[in-house]
Amino acid sequence: MRLYNKPAHELHDLLAKKEISSVELTKDVLARLDETENKIQAYIDVTRETALQEAEKADKKIAAGEAISYFEGIPGAIKDNICTKGVKTTCASRMLENFVPPYNATVMEKLQAERPVILGKANMDEFAMGGSTENSAFHPTHNPWNADCVPGGSSGGSAAAVAAGSAIWALGSDTGGSIRQPASFCGVVGMKPTYGRVSRYGLVAFASSLDQIGPLTRDVTDCAHLLQTIAGNDKYDSTSSASEVPDYTISLVEDVKGLKIGIPKEFFVKGMDAEVETAVRDAIRKLESLGANVQEISLPHTEYAISVYYLIAPAEAATNLERYDGVSYGARVDGVDVVDMMTKTRSEKFGEEVKRRILIGNYALSAGYYDAYYLKALKVRRLIKEDYDKAFGQVDVIVTPTAPTPAYKIGEMSNDPLKMYLQDIYTVPLNLAGLPGISLPCGYSSQKLPIGLQIIGKPLDEATVLRTAYTYEQSQSFHKEMAEVKA
Amino acid sequence: MVSIVAKVSKEDLEMVAVLSRLEVPEQDKEKHLRQLDSFLQYVDNLSKVDTDQVEPLAHVLPIHNVFREDEVRPSLDRELALSNAPLKEDGYFKVPKILED
Amino acid sequence: MKYEAVIGLEIHSELKTNTKIFCGCATTFGAEQNTHVCPVCLGLPGVLPVVNRRVVEFAIKAGIALNCTINKFSKFDRKNYYYPDLPKNFQTSQYDLPIAEHGYVDIETEQGKKRIRITRIHMEEDAGKLVHSGTTIKDSAASNVDYNRTGVPLIEIVSEPDMSTPQEARAYMEKIKSILEYIDVSNCRMEEGNLRADLNISLRPAGTKELGTKAEMKNINSFKAVEDALTYEIERQEEILEDGGHIVQETRTWDPNRGVTLSMRTKETAQDYRYMPEPDLVPIITTDEEIEAYRKGLPELPDARQARLEEKFGLSSYDAGIITSSRDMAEYFDAVVAEGADPKLAANWMMGDLSKNLNSEGKEIKDSPVDAKRLGKMIQLIEKGTISSKIGKEVFKTMWESPDDPEKIIKDKGLVQITDTKEIEAIVDSVIAANPKPVADYKSGNKKAIGALVGQIMKQTRGKANPQLVNQLLAQKLDQ
Repeated sequence: MRLYNKPAHELHDLLAKKEISSVELTKDVLARLDETENKIQAYIDVTRETALQEAEKADKKIAAGEAISYFEGIPGAIKDNICTKGVKTTCASRMLENFVPPYNATVMEKLQAERPVILGKANMDEFAMGGSTENSAFHPTHNPWNADCVPGGSSGGSAAAVAAGSAIWALGSDTGGSIRQPASFCGVVGMKPTYGRVSRYGLVAFASSLDQIGPLTRDVTDCAHLLQTIAGNDKYDSTSSASEVPDYTISLVEDVKGLKIGIPKEFFVKGMDAEVETAVRDAIRKLESLGANVQEISLPHTEYAISVYYLIAPAEAATNLERYDGVSYGARVDGVDVVDMMTKTRSEKFGEEVKRRILIGNYALSAGYYDAYYLKALKVRRLIKEDYDKAFGQVDVIVTPTAPTPAYKIGEMSNDPLKMYLQDIYTVPLNLAGLPGISLPCGYSSQKLPIGLQIIGKPLDEATVLRTAYTYEQSQSFHKEMAEVKA
Repeated sequence: MVSIVAKVSKEDLEMVAVLSRLEVPEQDKEKHLRQLDSFLQYVDNLSKVDTDQVEPLAHVLPIHNVFREDEVRPSLDRELALSNAPLKEDGYFKVPKILED
Repeated sequence: MKYEAVIGLEIHSELKTNTKIFCGCATTFGAEQNTHVCPVCLGLPGVLPVVNRRVVEFAIKAGIALNCTINKFSKFDRKNYYYPDLPKNFQTSQYDLPIAEHGYVDIETEQGKKRIRITRIHMEEDAGKLVHSGTTIKDSAASNVDYNRTGVPLIEIVSEPDMSTPQEARAYMEKIKSILEYIDVSNCRMEEGNLRADLNISLRPAGTKELGTKAEMKNINSFKAVEDALTYEIERQEEILEDGGHIVQETRTWDPNRGVTLSMRTKETAQDYRYMPEPDLVPIITTDEEIEAYRKGLPELPDARQARLEEKFGLSSYDAGIITSSRDMAEYFDAVVAEGADPKLAANWMMGDLSKNLNSEGKEIKDSPVDAKRLGKMIQLIEKGTISSKIGKEVFKTMWESPDDPEKIIKDKGLVQITDTKEIEAIVDSVIAANPKPVADYKSGNKKAIGALVGQIMKQTRGKANPQLVNQLLAQKLDQ
């Protein structure tokens, strides 16, 4: 029996009932990885040996009759910008090609308390900058539904691994859509929690005021459990929320009766992809038929979100990435003096997109342009947030497409950065406003490429987002389909 | 509102490159200028928004006063602290000649 | 033309916390290189800062003590510049909303009291240390970096350009040091770099208002260097201006060995710190109640203390100023007086023998072998006439070397003053009999000759005879 194609909750039951062993499961997922990886290339580093050791430990516990936690013995992948003590964390950059963190990210500590099997580090756009995983310094990742297409990004490796079956679950990070958009492209569930819900300590910073770690899973049930595992206040992250983490499993009920759903008119505009629009409108109708009240709302500053995002994120990135200078860790390219060494190191070891964003960011922060660009962006950011505050006075959740199109071809966008940036229109507002959002499959294009539905919630109200998502998911069967990955 | 768009000069680009500790090869400067220009043209849509009465929003969180107590925690073992160093010497990180600027 | 100097100081003071500003590493000075470091202060990928509560407390205290307004809403910002001692290549500091603003201190000048305004006080992290393989940074082929100091908490106190002489600048820095010591927020050990100043100086034609071009000298860490560097710089700028030249705005370094300032700049690159709000930290909000509680918790500050000593004890402004220049000294003084000693005598002894002995042994007053209790007792013995001031010096010297009480020393050494008239009379008689020449001289009108006789008497009594009595009796007998 193949096991790689099952969600964690089913595998957990099989493990607990001793019908399968964790070693068996881990070996099956590793076998799937071997079948698919040459085509998909979801991983930067696969830690086979330690994975099997972890699986053996889980099996010993099960054999001893001890209770196991939800993810215990179940293999998953970690995006390679999350620090793993003693295991290389590269951010898909030549700059950190050999960097081994001497500490664990808080999410790793929380995760390891549940003793899952860690299969390795997932590929991504370099320093999480990109929406296609083509910006990895090592290799692009391919979409399991069509290997000619991108898996989305920047958490493309995490999404592709879960979609291909080379991981049961994965952690990603989302700064402007980097979990939700690849989830949408790969037909899996991906959630960006509220800013502050999950500790960022140990997540290699891209844009600190926007970054959040979140789950990528086969279905909403696993998503709720993985969020439960990693959420919570962290004394090492000043920006983590002190509010209590609710029991998200309570949300795993089919109930949207009387739920007020807002549909932002600014998100459904002329020229949007017809197949995406059809799939999303069908999903909205489905929710309505299940008892939700759907109403149109307005988020008037939506058209500015891309501008605001692409000024703020590069500005923060420009300062966050100053530390990569060849002095105390990471790559170094020798120079005649220290300035020369730093400049050569950064010029040779950062990829094109990273350098482009550093230049944009420093331009926006530099003396003559600060007010016109960066400060202006911070002000419009407030207006965007206020749009959502107002909308959530009327509705419980907001439903939108996750991405304007299904997955596109590898190379299709790479020569036009601006065109690529515009793809983020539905996802970046949540990061700017700090809101939780989930993407889950709601259909396919005529090319059989997945289409994602985005459900947005009030701050810290992941519970309602999960309940809405679960109700919709249970009304159809997209989450039970997996990409074939033809050899 | 007045348009904020500026045509990026080559000097601007070179200044930003120095601030960024990045080399922009001469043959790539045209491409970078073109991309920066089209980017700035795009973000110029912000100039349509009246923000005179709007406070900047740097933090979405309604959080303040997050502190730690002044209690010593163990530091890293020096070997570990230096383990990722490109070059080290006698327990120090070693860097090439520094020219003051 | 006559020029006047316009001087402003940026004083950096390390705060005496147990741990660094954003992580739990110890701040202890002098540890082996790179042993007080962790992922946070090394600026490793993924780390986040968390503010040390005590840093904020100390900064607010300093703000209140320096007569500042405490900003109820304050935040941190990133100041971006590349330097190998700065692991993140930005310094987490404060830009537009520092913890405190708009303060002042008063200093004593030759023209009397002068108010120096304080622009702002902000919190920030210190950088690491560079160790050079050559003798100077420029002739070193390579440098080594020690990050122990990285993240040690600093406050930067920025003054208005209100000083016009090197002496005023020194007095200002001394005053800041004294206040920070009083409120116990910094060790102010200048030799350890706890307190250092960046000096900004420009010249302008005397009487004019417009500011000239300034030069900056960074990291000056002694009072003498503040004075010397500014004195040199005034002369240098004067010469240039008088020759019709222009001052270059630049950073210069003070070379104490050669007594000159030197340009540090090798190429002209405009600094652009690209300040931005620190997204990894949340704002600091301080309420009126909290500010009031801090204010109440502060000790008596030097100015108030000086005024008290002048009014209550009648000390001169000069003496009171010296006594209150350090909190330890002022507390020592209060303890001596509390023991029952006369305040003026206490001040004299502290500024005399005590200071002399401390200075010659390089000791701080808190490590003085003679504590306030014993000095107080000894002064009382002088007041009561048990010993003379002169014997007091001997007793003080003995106390410096032994833990004995002054009474015991006096008893053991037989130093009690002879105040018995009969006893002194007998000695006076014998000295008059044995020294006919000075006696004759005195009687023939040379009144000064009495000195030789007094000397003889004191010699015989080993200084114990009460000098007033000796003089009185001697004059009586000779004038008979």
